[in-house]
Amino acid sequence: MSVHPTSHSFKDNASRAIADGSVPRALKNVRQNFIDKRVKAVDALPEFEALRESAREIKNHTLAHLDLYLERYEQKVKDSGGHVHFAVDSAEARNIVLDICRKVGARTVTKGKSMISEEIGLNGHLEAAGIVPVETDLGEYIIQLRGETPSHIIAPAVHLTKDQIEKDFRRVHTQLDPNRDLTEKRSLLTEARTMLREKFLAADVGITGANFLIAETGSSVIVTNEGNGDLTQILPRVHIVIASIEKVVPTLEDVSQILRVLARSATGQEMSVYTTFSTGPRRATDVDGPEEYHVVLLDNGRSAMLGTEFQDMLRCIRCAACMNHCPVYHQIGGHAYGWIYPGPMGSVLTPSLIGVDKAGHLPNASTFCGRCESVCPMKIPLPKMMRHWREREFERNLNPAVARYGLGFWAFFAKKPWLYNLSTRVAAKAMKLMGRNKGRFQSLPGLGAWTQYRDFAVPEGETFQAQWKKRAGK
Amino acid sequence: MSSRDTIFASIRRSLHVKGDERIRSTIVDERLDRSPKGVVPARAQLDSAGKLALFIEKAEGVQATVARVLSPKDVPGEVARYLRDNNLPAALRMGDDPRLSAMPWKDTALDVTTGRSNGLDLSGITHAETAVAETGTLAILSGHENPTTLNFLPDNHIVVLNASDLVADLESVWARVRKKVGKGEMPRTVNFVTGPSRSGDIEQTILLGAHGPRALHIVVVEG
Repeated sequence: MSVHPTSHSFKDNASRAIADGSVPRALKNVRQNFIDKRVKAVDALPEFEALRESAREIKNHTLAHLDLYLERYEQKVKDSGGHVHFAVDSAEARNIVLDICRKVGARTVTKGKSMISEEIGLNGHLEAAGIVPVETDLGEYIIQLRGETPSHIIAPAVHLTKDQIEKDFRRVHTQLDPNRDLTEKRSLLTEARTMLREKFLAADVGITGANFLIAETGSSVIVTNEGNGDLTQILPRVHIVIASIEKVVPTLEDVSQILRVLARSATGQEMSVYTTFSTGPRRATDVDGPEEYHVVLLDNGRSAMLGTEFQDMLRCIRCAACMNHCPVYHQIGGHAYGWIYPGPMGSVLTPSLIGVDKAGHLPNASTFCGRCESVCPMKIPLPKMMRHWREREFERNLNPAVARYGLGFWAFFAKKPWLYNLSTRVAAKAMKLMGRNKGRFQSLPGLGAWTQYRDFAVPEGETFQAQWKKRAGK
Repeated sequence: MSSRDTIFASIRRSLHVKGDERIRSTIVDERLDRSPKGVVPARAQLDSAGKLALFIEKAEGVQATVARVLSPKDVPGEVARYLRDNNLPAALRMGDDPRLSAMPWKDTALDVTTGRSNGLDLSGITHAETAVAETGTLAILSGHENPTTLNFLPDNHIVVLNASDLVADLESVWARVRKKVGKGEMPRTVNFVTGPSRSGDIEQTILLGAHGPRALHIVVVEG
């Protein structure tokens, strides 16, 4: 599994996805299962808007005091017998995890779903060292079998159909009867459950992410539906939590506020099935639970986002509502974004983490319809931040020459209203005349990128400004 | 400079702080100390009967099954009935929670074993510390009384809940936990359980029984 971003080839990725046509087919259930259910859950809670505001305030407060809350959190983890490791970047985080695995002589590790694990490319690193990582979230398990990365942050295999999954199971589970019946989705689930049950019981180390870290108690929190994250963290001798530094929140009450908007925004559930708070290793009188508890805290560029126009992005709780509601995501799917964070949140976060020089296409791939911001439980101004990235890209001369010259050309006219009005009036009239037979242009000089995918409508003959004036602004 | 120091230095540089400002520390420590509540939904602020009715409605809404009994001594009979009606073997594993141990299991034909699960038990039973009416959520604390493995490994998870332990909202759970283990402390594991395990990872079709229990049966003791 590669962590090398292909976000720089976004345009090719997107064109391929559109030509392939399988994305909208695979995502056809998203409306019913994510969008409609979210609305129902939100409507059933009159306090939802107030909770959004409260959740936003909690994260803003935490980010403004992040150094102090991290210190308090670290101390509490130590007090409860756990270990905290700090990693500046992906390579350091991978090595910390590998070191812990080696020290305990781990041969297999089970893994709960973790985007940070994807971000740092942990699986490949463990494999190279002879340790077998086993993804246990059903969606992650499926894409691991296929050697793919997730195409959605909470539904990693959302791009796949049942038939594709059946083929993969037959290809990989060769120890099972080749004539078994896998026509029902349930039989696929049961097969994965059986295959993974023995892995859970045999693993030496369990690795999970964290939805939250609590400064008050030193706890890590995971929110799941399958129960795989829990089996991952209670059965092996060692539990490793990998999380980024902005996951910390002050108190149990604060987590409770954010939990109320998280599941509703993600899956339309009022609560996910399992919300689990883990604090340190097993206690003297416990009869189960891990003997060692480690937390790896990853920065990877996040501390540098504080105090900038991108700080708000650090409020993100990874619910995926933004991509579920994004018209661009629905056309091209998650893989086209070229790294692990797709959709609007990825278009803002990816340039922050891997650089706008490599990911500048992403903030440009937006219609600015604003749905992402309107459904974001943490009220993150995603379109505004995409605009900031476009500005940065322009300032740093990263746009293609034709776009820069085009903008300069437009600016020349726009700064002289009389010339702008005259030329647009002439152009609109001329185009009306030229296109009067067909009513549309299939190609226009210099606008190939536009007309390649759709026709250009013939202007009505009068500019907006002229019509505005005529209607006296009504 | 250690990675820890590098990260703290970078955070402080970005926030334009030194980290030793007394006012910031005071704000942070006060918040950790006071744990302000925020917005608590009105939905579950009901009398005991109302809370119980809401809890059952919410739990059944997420495919848990609920039985009500009048006294702790009725629990074994109800569990035996549940296993029989679902064609399950008359075997059950539990921890050494005194509330469970004191129940008359001998009056049933159930084969009751104690201790953590090793993955071979079909049915396990734990006692909830409390539950949340707001969302039909059970709160179960780890320990030898109720080993966490019993909440996840057996196919059928049975949970006993005293109606008198039921609370309105998540915040009230924390008040109880603090009373038990102290402010700022937690048991090794606190499990919030809202219905049986499920997955929507195959074409977004929700299927029950992904990796955790396929069924969740809640026995509410009202007496």
